Amino acid sequence: MFRRLHKDSETLTITIDDVAMTLPAGSTVAAALLASGNMVCRKTPVSGADRAPYCLMGVCFDCLVEINGEPNQQACMVVVRPGMAVKRMPRPAPVAP
Amino acid sequence: MIERDILVLGGGLVGAAIGYGLQKRGLRIAVLDEGDVAHRASRGNFGLVWVQSKGDGFPPYADWARHAADVWPDFCTELEQRVGFKIGYQKRGGFSLCFSEKDFAARANLIKRMHNQQGPKGYDCEMMERARVEKMMPAIGPDVVGASFCPHDGHVNPLLLLRALHTALGVDYFNEHRASAIRARRGGFEVDAGAAVFAAGRVVLAAGLGNLPLARMLGAELPIRPQRGQILVTERLPAFLDFPMSGVRQTVEGTVMLGSSREEVGYDNSIKTDVLKTITRNAVRAFPLLARARILRAWGALRVLAPDEHPIYQTLGDHAHAIVATCHSGVSLAGAHSETFAGYLAQGGLPAHFAPFHSRRFDVQAAA
Amino acid sequence: MSEPIDLAIIGAGPAGMAAAALAAGHGLDVVVYDENQAPGGQIYRGFEAVAADRAADLDFLGDSYRAGLAIAHAFRASRARYQPSTSVWLIQKDRTIGISHAGRARMVEARRILIATGAMERPVPIPGWTLPGVMTVGAAQTALKAAGLVPRGPVVLGGKGPLLYQLAAQYLGAGVTIAAILETGARPLAALPHLVQAWWRTDYLEKGLALLRQIKNAGVTIIKNVSGLRAIGDGKLDAVEYRCGGTVQRIAAPLLLLHEGVIANVQLTMAIPAAHRWDEAQRCWHPVVDEYGDTDLEGIAVAGDGAGIGGAEAAASMGRLAALAAVHALGKISDGEFREIGYDLQRERRRYLAGRPFLDALYPPPAVAAALADDTLVCRCEEVSAGEIRRAVALGCTGPNQTKSFTRAGMGPCQGRMCGLTVAEVIADRLDRPMAEVGYYRIRPPIKPLTVGELAGLE
Ligand SMILES: Cc1cc2nc3c(=O)[nH]c(=O)nc-3n(C[C@H](O)[C@H](O)[C@H](O)COP(=O)(O)OP(=O)(O)OC[C@H]3O[C@@H](n4cnc5c(N)ncnc54)[C@H](O)[C@@H]3O)c2cc1C
Ligand SMILES: Cc1cc2nc3c(=O)[nH]c(=O)nc-3n(C[C@H](O)[C@H](O)[C@H](O)COP(=O)(O)OP(=O)(O)OC[C@H]3O[C@@H](n4cnc5c(N)ncnc54)[C@H](O)[C@@H]3O)c2cc1C
Ligand code: FES
Repeated sequence: MFRRLHKDSETLTITIDDVAMTLPAGSTVAAALLASGNMVCRKTPVSGADRAPYCLMGVCFDCLVEINGEPNQQACMVVVRPGMAVKRMPRPAPVAP
Repeated sequence: MIERDILVLGGGLVGAAIGYGLQKRGLRIAVLDEGDVAHRASRGNFGLVWVQSKGDGFPPYADWARHAADVWPDFCTELEQRVGFKIGYQKRGGFSLCFSEKDFAARANLIKRMHNQQGPKGYDCEMMERARVEKMMPAIGPDVVGASFCPHDGHVNPLLLLRALHTALGVDYFNEHRASAIRARRGGFEVDAGAAVFAAGRVVLAAGLGNLPLARMLGAELPIRPQRGQILVTERLPAFLDFPMSGVRQTVEGTVMLGSSREEVGYDNSIKTDVLKTITRNAVRAFPLLARARILRAWGALRVLAPDEHPIYQTLGDHAHAIVATCHSGVSLAGAHSETFAGYLAQGGLPAHFAPFHSRRFDVQAAA
Repeated sequence: MSEPIDLAIIGAGPAGMAAAALAAGHGLDVVVYDENQAPGGQIYRGFEAVAADRAADLDFLGDSYRAGLAIAHAFRASRARYQPSTSVWLIQKDRTIGISHAGRARMVEARRILIATGAMERPVPIPGWTLPGVMTVGAAQTALKAAGLVPRGPVVLGGKGPLLYQLAAQYLGAGVTIAAILETGARPLAALPHLVQAWWRTDYLEKGLALLRQIKNAGVTIIKNVSGLRAIGDGKLDAVEYRCGGTVQRIAAPLLLLHEGVIANVQLTMAIPAAHRWDEAQRCWHPVVDEYGDTDLEGIAVAGDGAGIGGAEAAASMGRLAALAAVHALGKISDGEFREIGYDLQRERRRYLAGRPFLDALYPPPAVAAALADDTLVCRCEEVSAGEIRRAVALGCTGPNQTKSFTRAGMGPCQGRMCGLTVAEVIADRLDRPMAEVGYYRIRPPIKPLTVGELAGLE
């Protein structure tokens, strides 16, 4: 969906759903998703629809992902670290009525 | 002038439930309420439909709370059918967790005492050792030593309950119609509300803390006060908890409510971080997995509390047709207010066995 | 809690950075908290990385971006303590502040607080705006500034406002294909009377005209007076539909960027709560502040776009004014000095604000409510539609707090940021009441994500 304008000097590697990806240092996790070719980050709890980052400035809370086992992190506010494991989130198991 | 048989002042859970019950019985009613922003326990509460430990030392309330829990399922089914949406009610029983042997013993004592106070209906609350609790709630933390469990307990989404009641009331619900004056006149009352004047043979004061000024308009003083409770709610979590308890419950939406404090701070409904810290500490101790859940909101809300924390139902002084209904458990009692209390009113008034709920009981205590 | 800070500033955008440099220069102990990992705020986002690694990008990021570097460098050179990646989730009237950094929450105390949390883009729902492939213009610009990312395929821009054209020009400079700009009703005629007032901002106007010329010369299709914008796709965006001159058109595109101007981000000031007023021209809520940014709450001020949209230069001026007031209040300058410096700063600020009424009139906030179809989602988090809000109004709800408790709109993770104005507009439209009367959500802390565990371990 998005491409990088430059070849960056300093890079690091993370995984998104166990697929390795190399990125410039200082990128946010949301930027990594956008550059990954599949910007979807989760399914919504209410309808199960796919969502992707929307505002990239921390106000819409659409970009929630699991990072290193912690669910519901705002991808656009978290900077990548070497070895970070990012996972797209499934719809949470609904409470039985 | 808008004329009705009965005016209900206050459209929170108490007023709306009574109004709904009266409407179902064919009475011409109006429920008057304030607007968007007001002190409203009905929008800030924890959502338990609770029996255990209610009415310790006051059997009439223990009976009433149990009766309320018994009628809740049918009340809910009928209400949901009428309005066409679910309100998130579950009745699978509820817990109160103990974190030390001392806690456990004290709780066991209370349960035994209430068992002895309870009449023929039985109290049905039992103590459970940790192993049994863990089977029912695998997520409990290592500090939990046991719990009391009551099969009559349940919970509901109190906001959807309120919405359902307002939906059922339909045109009889008057938002932004705060009662600003009540005048007793021959055969009834006149009430100024917003730009309108309402008239009716009887009024029900069900305005929560708003009952204080309303009762004064009729020359009476009610012994109720605000008590703040702080509550937090988390984001929606995957289902992990099948039972509610005082302090933690997972709603049908998946969010988890944590609460609630008891603070004597007057009409201040702000939050305090030291209190929230205690609440969240206890929650993490009960269910360690909650530590990672994100908090969406924290708020303070004001309980409507009598000195002994039991409900007050009575007529007001000389005004045999002005009825007061005020309680701290408007969610738990919603079914009883609609199905039973409104029935009494429709038949003419409060029955004799409701006499113990009169605020006169505090005069007696003070004298003794 | 340790010794109170003299001046705690929340936000390291132009307002916060300029305030910090001035206050620290006058000897105050200043701490600046910002949830981003680098200073700059929205406009100068990533300036350090750009200057260091991608200096060539400055060519298309434009002059104003370059100009901001001076403020940023002065901030970095000052003694103000900067705490990045630190979010402020609570401010109380007694000036205690709840912060969170690296998974730990802490309370700090300040003698003065300056809230410089800036603006956000006005959320204007259209059908399909939750589809992956629909983002905001600001988001695209952030991706460009902070990460050097541009769209791969053709992109459609929808809406209006200076930021939209700025991004278009930046994209052209970076070689991105723009399939079309769908402009939703700019009003050059209505704006004309405000030109007089804007005359001494000719730089502003020239810059705007130059931008438009550049976009036109590049052969980009600009379609004016578009309505009925709609994002179409199953699981992701495939096409954009719009109405123009009575016909409905469709453009295939994998990316749609929306923009309808910016509004003050009042989440923090609302949560305290400070007093707010409805601004009819900018059609949003603003904290009530005096000329030094002081709110109705003792020792708590707001500067920059968070107090009303004025742009980056005005934000910096106002930040300096608020800092000056703090310096004066804490006894570091005399009354005379305060008046003298204050006078100059006020003049500077007025000059920067002169172009604003023109822009507000040229790009009027859209009439959101009337055009909203019942099945369009207004609350993205809880997926609540406009029709559900209308049904709640029919039930007797007269304000957003009632519709919130009945529909869950505003109860999700964004805490109402995305739906607050729209919900109120729908209510106002239905009841035919002014927005000022309808009111806004009662915002509850924490206004930034905080875990149960963090709060349990609060220091
Ligand atoms: C923190 C907390 C937790 C709680 N948890 C539980 C629980 O788990 N289970 C449970 O059963 N109960 C719980 N409660 C108690 C429950 O919320 C209350 O008992 C119940 O909401 C009281 O309802 P009410 O209608 O009497 O009062 P309110 O909800 O306060 O409603 C009163 C209404 O009257 C209106 N009003 C006031 N003055 C006027 C006037 N002059 N004219 C017209 N209208 C007026 C108000 O606007 C309001 O709408 C809790 C309460 C709190 C504060
Ligand atoms: C997405 C976007 C892009 C923009 N791009 C441009 C542009 O290219 N050109 C232009 O002229 N104008 C632009 N603007 C307008 C912009 O608002 C002003 O130009 C200027 O940035 C305002 O400065 P400020 O200091 O008031 O706030 P901002 O620059 O917005 O800075 C606010 C800072 O506060 C921080 N913050 C907010 N809340 C918290 C919290 N609770 N805790 C900790 N930190 C917090 C944010 O991270 C941010 O860094 C843009 C606005 C937006 C919303
Ligand atoms: S994309 Fe909006 S909060 Fe991250």
